[in-house]
Amino acid sequence: MLEIKDLHVSIQGKEILKGLNLSVKPGEVHAIMGPNGTGKSTLANVITGRDIYDNISGEIIYKGKDLMEMAIEDRAREGIFLSFQYPVEIPGVSITNFMRAALDEIYLYKGKKPLSGGEFLKYFNEKKQLVEMTANLANRSVNEGFSGGEKKKNEIFQMAMLNPDLAILDETDSGLDIDALRIVANGVNKLRTSENATIVITHYQRLLDYIVPDFVHVLYGGKIVKTGGKELAFELEEKGYEWIKDHADIEL
Amino acid sequence: MSDSNQILDEVTQSDYKYGFVSNIETETIEKGLNEDVVRLISMKKNEPEWLLEYRLKAFRKWQQMEMPDWAHLKIPSIDFQDIIYYAAPKKKETLNSLEEVDPELIDTFNKLGISLEEQKRLTGVAVDAVIDSVSVKTTFTATLAKYGIIFCSFSEAVQEHPELVRKYLGSVVPYTDNYFGALNSAVFSDGSFCYIPKGVRCPMELSTYFRINAANTGQFERTLIVADEGSYVSYLEGCTAPQRDENQLHAAIVEIIAHKDAEVKYSTVQNWYPGDKEGRGGIYNFVTKRGLCEGANSKISWTQVETGSAITWKYPSCVLKGDNSVGEFYSVAVTNNFQQADTGSKMIHLGKNTRSTIVSKGISAGRSHNSYRGQVKINKNATGARNFSQCDSLLLGDRCGAHTFPYIDTKNASAIVEHEATTSRISDDQLFYCQQRGLDTEKSIGLIVNGYAREVLNQLPMEFAVEAQKLLAISLEGSVG
Repeated sequence: MLEIKDLHVSIQGKEILKGLNLSVKPGEVHAIMGPNGTGKSTLANVITGRDIYDNISGEIIYKGKDLMEMAIEDRAREGIFLSFQYPVEIPGVSITNFMRAALDEIYLYKGKKPLSGGEFLKYFNEKKQLVEMTANLANRSVNEGFSGGEKKKNEIFQMAMLNPDLAILDETDSGLDIDALRIVANGVNKLRTSENATIVITHYQRLLDYIVPDFVHVLYGGKIVKTGGKELAFELEEKGYEWIKDHADIEL
Repeated sequence: MSDSNQILDEVTQSDYKYGFVSNIETETIEKGLNEDVVRLISMKKNEPEWLLEYRLKAFRKWQQMEMPDWAHLKIPSIDFQDIIYYAAPKKKETLNSLEEVDPELIDTFNKLGISLEEQKRLTGVAVDAVIDSVSVKTTFTATLAKYGIIFCSFSEAVQEHPELVRKYLGSVVPYTDNYFGALNSAVFSDGSFCYIPKGVRCPMELSTYFRINAANTGQFERTLIVADEGSYVSYLEGCTAPQRDENQLHAAIVEIIAHKDAEVKYSTVQNWYPGDKEGRGGIYNFVTKRGLCEGANSKISWTQVETGSAITWKYPSCVLKGDNSVGEFYSVAVTNNFQQADTGSKMIHLGKNTRSTIVSKGISAGRSHNSYRGQVKINKNATGARNFSQCDSLLLGDRCGAHTFPYIDTKNASAIVEHEATTSRISDDQLFYCQQRGLDTEKSIGLIVNGYAREVLNQLPMEFAVEAQKLLAISLEGSVG
């Protein structure tokens, strides 16, 4: 589904990603771990198309298409979803209207007839229950005045609504208490199928207790330096990132 | 909840979709302005002597006045002798039914989405259609008459209800008030008149639709709304004009009188032709709108969505004379390309415990300039008066300007006056967030701007709110990129 080859990214003359390789297949959950400032969020931004980088080279192929050539909104319409680390407030725009607008765009892009008002509301309520979103939250403006936990729940709700093929969860666990974490993780697990894939970006192992990954990648110094199963996350948690320096798969 | 997607779909359609010109046979007079022209207009309208006198006094006053220059506007000099002051679609002496109206005219209004055929009105909005200088058709007059409501063209009111017109004309905006007010008082040609009798709640929205069609003409309408004790009316006003390279002058007056316990809600969606992307053409919109809360517990509420005109100079105001009376002003003003707007409100507190609210949302894009100018005045007898003002500016791009000029003048120590102001931009983060959900740049901006203006849009009657949301998005097309 996603093939990243030799990805180099720099911003303001500083190289952040230095030859990253990653391969994600349908049905898989990949965790990307690593200390702060190693380029985890940059990876999420580059996949989704955020245009803030000076120089991007390498290859990102998604469903056989060259992602670099696609506009941000087209990548989204093709099924790439980012759960933001810091969800943005859009005052005065209700989540209902926001999702309606987004869903209609995606349907039109795919040549499908957008949902009618009634169909939309039914779908909206189904998804709301799936991620245990309170009714009250749905009528409020997008992220406006939301607590950290509410924002993250709202991201997962949007993910449920848009039903992406590739979801990237950027530090979705940060700022969540244990109950909220469980709700968010349950939502993600319910949305998991053999058709879609998830990339979980985190620097704690905690979230991976709930969303169990098939692969754990350690991002360090702009490259993936070690890949393993879920046990790698425990090892990291126990031994710290310093340990990785001596046990990398590749030369640092 | 309005269907924002459908609205957004229409965003990409066209720049200014009301820019067409209708081929209507028009009767015009010679260009230029002098006492003879004022007399000619009055004669054409078969007016009583007192009204001619009123016009002439106004004209003489106007000649002594100077064009105001205090607004934050660059106004090219206007040659008042190069304007036609009267243009009217040719018609039969009296119009008894719609069949007698020029089909081209009906077609014009159909194109604008306004059906003049009563049975086709789904929402039950009574319309007075004013094209160039003359009211061509007022719908539902008979239905409204059953309630004792008078809703007709201004000219008709002068003929049929001269006592009411004479009593109230100029009682809120005297002809001496300001330059453009004096000009209007001298040459106004038509407009709408509305009287709601005591205790009557008007059963439908009343609306005036203004259309400029003829070239080189000025449009000077006059609207007078009188709400007698305990009555209620909601009034809508819409405006469009053809796309032309030269500028056209529009100088209107709206006067509202609310007696004891009466409430008037006045909503405007102003979409005069704004000029092209290089700033050529467009309407100069110099309008005086003022309401008098004459009696105790009366309320006047102005809501405006201003997207059109090359230059807008407009300050819908409330004089809160009656004790416990309430004045409200909700505004969204959008400027793009080379448009300039200097708009806001005045709240004059005279009575005790009078309350006013001002919510202004300015949106500037392109190379435009958008100013809020507001005055809150608390007189010495206005014990317990309260005002809350909120002025927000949203900037799109880095070549436009937003300005705020609040004036507060309090002569009573018990008054509470609050003023809040913010200036913001659409952030890249917001745009990226919307795009990541599948919306393209323009739709994202449309959505964000509509959210920003929602507080004001919520004040509009339903039929207008949808129209206004589309307009906001269309007006900002191509403003980022």
